[in-house]
Formats: sequence, structure tokens, C-alpha cells
Amino acid sequence: MAQIDQLDPELGASLREKYAIVGVGETEYLRGSGTTTRAMAVMAIRNAMADAGLGPGEVDGMLSYQGADSTLSTFVSADLGIRLNFFMDVMGGGSSTEALTGIAMGVIEAGMCQTVAIYRSMNGHSQTRIGGTGARAVAPVVGEFLHERSYGWQSAGQKFAPVFLRHMYDYGTTPEQVAHVKVAHSHHASNNPKAYYKNRVTVEDVVNSRMICKPLHLLDCCVETDNATAIIVTSAARAKDLRQIPALIRGVVGRVSKPRADLHYQAGPISTVAGHYAAPRLWRNAGVGPEEVDVTGSYDAFTFTTMLQLEDYGFCQKGEGGDYVSNGTTFLGGRRPNNTSGGHLCEGYTHGIAMVVENVRQLRHEADDSCPIGPDGKRQHTYDHAEGGCRQVRDVEISANLGWATPGTGSAMVMRRGA
Amino acid sequence: MSETINAEYLGMNLQIDGLDNSNLAYFKHCAAHQFHLQKCDDCGLIRYPVAEGCSWCGGGNATWTPVEGKGEVHSYTEIHHAIQPAFKSHVPYMVLLVDLDTQKGAPTEHEALRIIANLVTPDGVLAPPDVVARVGIGSRVRMVFTDVADGLAMPQFTLDEGAEQPDRPWRYPE
Repeated sequence: MAQIDQLDPELGASLREKYAIVGVGETEYLRGSGTTTRAMAVMAIRNAMADAGLGPGEVDGMLSYQGADSTLSTFVSADLGIRLNFFMDVMGGGSSTEALTGIAMGVIEAGMCQTVAIYRSMNGHSQTRIGGTGARAVAPVVGEFLHERSYGWQSAGQKFAPVFLRHMYDYGTTPEQVAHVKVAHSHHASNNPKAYYKNRVTVEDVVNSRMICKPLHLLDCCVETDNATAIIVTSAARAKDLRQIPALIRGVVGRVSKPRADLHYQAGPISTVAGHYAAPRLWRNAGVGPEEVDVTGSYDAFTFTTMLQLEDYGFCQKGEGGDYVSNGTTFLGGRRPNNTSGGHLCEGYTHGIAMVVENVRQLRHEADDSCPIGPDGKRQHTYDHAEGGCRQVRDVEISANLGWATPGTGSAMVMRRGA
Repeated sequence: MSETINAEYLGMNLQIDGLDNSNLAYFKHCAAHQFHLQKCDDCGLIRYPVAEGCSWCGGGNATWTPVEGKGEVHSYTEIHHAIQPAFKSHVPYMVLLVDLDTQKGAPTEHEALRIIANLVTPDGVLAPPDVVARVGIGSRVRMVFTDVADGLAMPQFTLDEGAEQPDRPWRYPE
């Protein structure tokens, strides 16, 4: 039997462009939603169904992910009048959307259901603070966490920081280079009416903001918000009868991990992340390479996560991530903009699913910016990316989403604009 | 089945469940100020932290083995914004990722037994800012213990004053 790491070039191609994302929807990004995760999930899926042109009888699968902080598919489906042929609620954060999209493709392929709604609903500011303060800080320290939380090493930023610092040590990456990730995403958010933070910031703003845990300043960290976001996956054949231009799924990889998913720093080099292992499988499945991608959605829980993934998925040479994110490539108007919505650093935080939504809208050429809507109901994009202006990338054909759970685990997906 | 250990440390409730035999054994050694880790009976590699099998070969049997607690800082973070309330009076405090000398470079050149702990004074208290400012990647450290309760002490690191230190350990640029 061949080793798992020896990829058969023929595998992974059979489902290429056979499935698509046909509907997207979300709730407003708030600090204080004033409602439950159940109510928000229902609203997000209802919006996604309306976007796709699907009624309750036309959705029969549901997937969600959470960290013991959200509602379940059983309640949400009932509230939408959906009779389920398949559902599952899984544990997980930032590496989930792409992985669950792969699962949706698999269960439809297996004949278990026909159309799957995937959602994440969280009161990440007003209920379970995603930064780890509040309820999560007072929970007893047990089991595996005796080796982590006991040392005041608990939040995502604290846990990832040794990897980020080691990248600076190994490759000479500077805080100013990485700060450009926040600068780029803030520029993009200024053209996104949905974004929680719409103000543009400078490199100086980032590196002069207060230190949280080295090397992360306040503005290197994402925003905590209340939000639900949903996407709908079905076959490309069914997509032809629906309302929107489909985002065809060319390839997915889900929760690819370093040799130890639990304690990734036991396997080195620690400045290399899971994307290193995921990349060959992703590009084989997608049948394209990074040079063919027009727009990326690289998870930005922190500025550094975006950089590390772009590097390990091959958008630049290993060690050159600092240059890649600061040389203009990833800005709107650059060769390959990243997180055109403003991402988790600026738009709001819902564990990665919103970055897939943004790329679906980019592939439709319908980024929801302030450009006027024409008589045909389509946005008349100006491609003037000045503050408050257009955020559509011209002629987008192929997108890549790079999801991050930890330095040790990641997921990814490549999509192409359908007809 | 053993009694569950229930202790307070810096405002946190630390619990070792009576069913958690591996953690009970690990922290019992620590309480005696001895550092023991599980060594795989099949491949001979030592592992950290406590686990129920060998992550390198999948072997199911292991033997607790004494390990010398000396090593070098591989990376770190210096925390200025504490999450746990009781840590707020100690900021900036340091979390170290330390490559032990024992088994460094195995199973490949990129690996080591990488231990997470705080930088502390020799008597096991979180190090003050002037000591934090002297430590970075490359600093030599040695293990000490912070006593928490019967059957529970936490392994920690302090600067190894007896070792040759780098002229300037690598630190985040100020």
C-alpha cells in the first residue's frame, strides 16, 4: 500500500466542479446581538435560502460547528420548516467551513441528501467571549489543560505566539511587515458597509497599539462580534436552476494536521504550519496552483495567521511571507487581494465562514459594496478602491480559502466562477 | 480509583480527576520535585506531555523515566494582557517553550522534548520584569517546581545561572 503522503495525481479530481455554493447569508455584525444563537442561525440560513432562491422543502441537510457555545441543527431546521434527511453538529472553529463543505459534497454524493445548509452562529462578544475571558477563564483546569492553562497560557493569541516569534527568529520577519495584513484588511473593510471596523489604519497604528502578548499588538488581533453566517451547498446540476451564478468547488482539504494535532509544537519546525501538509493535496484536488488564484481568503484571527498560511500554501517561498503581505500583492488593486471583506481583523468574527461567503460574492462579481445597482439588479462596479468605494476584484475567476484552527491544523478550498 | 486532586493556584481551580491515572502519576513525581516522562517501550522515544500512547510510533506501553530538566529556550511569548485575573498583577509574565537537552534532535533534527512552563524565580514564583527582560530564544534554563498541593507541583523554568548564556538571547525587538 502506498504511503499516504504519496499523492496519486488521479485522485481528488472526480468531484471537481460537481458541487457548488449556491447561497450565502448572514446577520449584522454586532457587539450585543440582543438575541440567541438560535434566532441568529435561523436568520442567516433564511437569508442564504432567499439568496439562492430555495424554499424550505428544497433544503434537506444541515451542518454546523461550534465550541459548546451555540444552538443545534435540530432546533434551527425546525424553525425554518425544513425536514432533514441528514444533519450533524460538530466541534470546531476556524478550520471548519471548508471541511464541512467537503462533508456536504460527500453526503450528497452518497445519496444521503440533496442540499446542505452550513452555519456558524455565535455571540462571540456578548455571551461566550472568544478571546477566553469570562466563562472560559473561570472553568476548572483539568486533564490536558493542566499543561497549558495552569501557566496562564490559554487564549488563541497566547497559544500561537511562540510560533509567530519563532518565524521572526528563523526568517527575519518584522512586526512592520506583518502589520501590513491589518492595514490591507482595514482598507478593504472601509469599502464594506457590513464591517464592524471601517476605519483605515497605518503600519504605525498597528505597531504602536498596546502589546497583548509578544509579538501581537492589539491591532494584530481580530475583533470579537456576535454574528451568524450560512452557506448552501448542492450539486452543480441543481445549481443551474437556482438564482445565482454558482461558485463551483474545485477542491477541498479538511483539517489537515501536523504530526501531532494536539501539541503541534512537539513536531518541528514550529514556524511551519499545517498548510505545508495541506498544500499538495489541495492543489492536486483543485487541478490549479497558487499562481492561478485571483483572490484569497487567508484566515486572519491574527495578522500572522494570514501570513503563515499564504507562505505554506505556496503563494510565496518559505520564509518570504513578510515580504508577500507587505509588497502590495494582497491589497485591493494588487495581483491577489486577500480578505476583501476586511476579514476577522475588521469585518467581524465568525470562525472563517464569512471569508468563504466573501469569495462566493467575489466570484459572482457582486461584492456588496457601495457601488450603484443598475437596472438589471446587478452592481455597477467602478473598480475605484478608494476609501468608501468599490471592493470588487476585476474579472475574478478562481478563489482560494485557507482556514486555520491552530498552527497544527488547517482546511482549504478552491472555487471557480460558474456560468 | 484515586481521589480527585482539587487545588487552587493563582486564582484557578486545578483538578486532576481520580480516573486520570497518567496525570496523577506525572504530577506525583513533580510533587516530589522529580521530572519523569513516559518512555515508549517500543521505539524508545520519550514523550511530552502525558499521553496514552506514543505519538511517534503508536506504541501502547511506556515506562516512567527520569529526565534532566535542563535546556534552551526554543521560543516564548511575553504576556502583557493577562486572561486569568490573578495573573494581571504579574504582567509581563513569560511562557517558555523549552527544548530539553535530553532527546534534542530526535526523532528528526527539527524535534525536541518541548516543554511549556513559565519563567520563574528559583523558588518557583513568576519572574519579575527585570528577569523577564534578560530571557529570549537561546537562553539556558533549568527546571524548578512550584508546589501547589499534595500530589501536585508544576514544573517550571528558571535561568540557569551556572550555564554559559548567549551574549544576547534573541528577543522581540523593542
